[in-house]
Amino acid sequence: MLVSKVSRAGILMLRGLSRGKLTPITRAGYIQRPYGQYLQPWFERQTETKVFQGSIFLKHHSFSTTTTANASEEGSEKEETISVTFVDKDGEEQHIKVPIGMSMLEAAHENDIELEGACEGSLACSTCHVIVMDMEYYNKLEDPADEENDMLDLAFGLTETSRLGCQVIAKPELDGIRLAIPAATRNFAVDGYVPKPH
Amino acid sequence: MAIFQARTWLSRSFSTLSSHPLRVCVVGSGPAGFYTAEKMLKAHQEAQVDIIDRLPTPFGLVRSGVAPDHPETKIVINQFSRVARHDRCSFFGNVTLGSSVSLLELRELYHVVVLAYGAESDRALGIPGEDLVGIHSAREFVWWYNGHPDCKNLDLDLKNTDTAVILGQGNVALDVARILLRPATELATTDIASHALAALEESSIRKVYLVGRRGPVQAACTAKELREVLGIKDLCIHLQEADLLKTPKDEEEIKNNRIQRRVYELLSKAATTGPSHPRSGQRELHFVFFRKPDRFLESDERRGHVSGVHFEKTVLKDVGDGKRVAVGTGQFEDLECGMVLKSIGYKSVPVDGLPFDHQKGVVPNIRGRVLHDTSGDPTLLEEGLYVCGWLKRGPTGIIATNLYCAEETVVSISEDLNLLASKASLPKPGREGLLHLLDNRKVKFVQFSAWEKIDSTETRLGSLKNKPREKLTTWEELLKVARE
Repeated sequence: MLVSKVSRAGILMLRGLSRGKLTPITRAGYIQRPYGQYLQPWFERQTETKVFQGSIFLKHHSFSTTTTANASEEGSEKEETISVTFVDKDGEEQHIKVPIGMSMLEAAHENDIELEGACEGSLACSTCHVIVMDMEYYNKLEDPADEENDMLDLAFGLTETSRLGCQVIAKPELDGIRLAIPAATRNFAVDGYVPKPH
Repeated sequence: MAIFQARTWLSRSFSTLSSHPLRVCVVGSGPAGFYTAEKMLKAHQEAQVDIIDRLPTPFGLVRSGVAPDHPETKIVINQFSRVARHDRCSFFGNVTLGSSVSLLELRELYHVVVLAYGAESDRALGIPGEDLVGIHSAREFVWWYNGHPDCKNLDLDLKNTDTAVILGQGNVALDVARILLRPATELATTDIASHALAALEESSIRKVYLVGRRGPVQAACTAKELREVLGIKDLCIHLQEADLLKTPKDEEEIKNNRIQRRVYELLSKAATTGPSHPRSGQRELHFVFFRKPDRFLESDERRGHVSGVHFEKTVLKDVGDGKRVAVGTGQFEDLECGMVLKSIGYKSVPVDGLPFDHQKGVVPNIRGRVLHDTSGDPTLLEEGLYVCGWLKRGPTGIIATNLYCAEETVVSISEDLNLLASKASLPKPGREGLLHLLDNRKVKFVQFSAWEKIDSTETRLGSLKNKPREKLTTWEELLKVARE
């Protein structure tokens, strides 16, 4: 049972790697191929970007981790992970699987999604600000506490369905949630953008 | 070992194959400097970025501005440290723009120079008595309790009076009030400088006034900080209900502004829960609105010392464009005090060779590109010279504001470099040139690894006192540990 699961994961990883989509990053920031060799980052421009991202947006020790095999495994049990889509400021979508109980900030960092987290989830900044793109999903979230609202006050590009990514915790009802990362350079002031309900 | 040597060889040959690696110098290692460096490293894969700072310690106001009882706000230092340790980045502490190296020299050594050295001076009120003893800027007071080596010997007397008046109601003013009013035992387990803790333990200050020229609707602080100061144990809050009356213009201002609305709600709640009769010795915080300082009063018993502030009452007047300013009414009122802290804004300091707008206190720029002068002519650019942070925008905003500020400046730099690529750009000496120059001038610069020695020393000393760190607060100590 375990062997078939591992080999299935291995095949998926190889398939993912050949498609150029999957680049499992170890904490050291080097690309690790399934056959265990470490490649010089300078040879591959595309992977160097990912290595760089891995080293700059490094996994935080305080967060719980999932193995990359888990994150990449398809056909995952719905009770264990949910599907989340991040939409970056250029409109590009990234579909990831997030284990129940993990925050969206952690999940973004585990998947090299560019979401800032200056205070590493301590409710002392607003840099992990995300916009819940569908009102239906926004309403499934628990109301923000005073402390989160205090930080949301300062978020750039604040909307009616804005939340801090470190406070949105994966639960089954959020399966399929779409989160937009606000454009950074659009403005320096809080504006009143309202998302269209889907 | 072989892999490391191979890497170095590869990176060198890669550099010579590419058309001259981009050499970037960032002046200032606070949030603006570090976010700029991070984004430059990412946007330009061969760029070499050097960050210089006049202090031996990096991180700017994250280290010397954020209050000791706000440790979570300092966590961003982890991200900045990762940038400093990036192999295309180098930190050079104890290197001062203007004396260790001139702006002209930096522009000769590097393709791109980004000035992000913030605002190390203060706005002045320009009213009589401003030089009296006992009057300080909030910036100095903050640097003092945060152990900045330039303010270790600040001439502060917390024992001659029981009342302090703080001019301004922004977050810095609230920080300063909170540090004065919190029980010293609560501060003893923070990274507050030990000389400040000792002074605060003996402080006789029991009453603090936070005075603003305008009303509660216009207060510049934000909800988190206000909530915190209102929640201090055994602190009696005083607020005039009359000050809370809102005009229709106030209502409109609040309606469109979430921050101001929530601040106003907190202030009105504080007024209605009102002060019970203060027990003797209990500390008091008074929010005073619609008062503009006219002059400072001098003590009769202690000549040269401040004994109070003469205020003019104000009203808000429409000046067009939906803006309202506070104007004097000709009625006056005095507040007695032995200490005044001016928290009315920081101001940047110009350097030789740098265009400067003395009226706004910033470097004239368009989206971070430095302009030749203040005429606003966008075609007169200082090539290769950029600004980011407070030096660019003025001294406002939070740490995260610099994230967006840096992104804008880096976009401007990248656009300009794309244009340059079509003409041949010359190689520049960059880091090697800087090292050579600093060596000739005998400048004892502090590398990031040397800062890490200071860091671990402070952490170790702190653990002996149940503090996250015990800061080294003199130039001598800092440089000595850096050189060990």
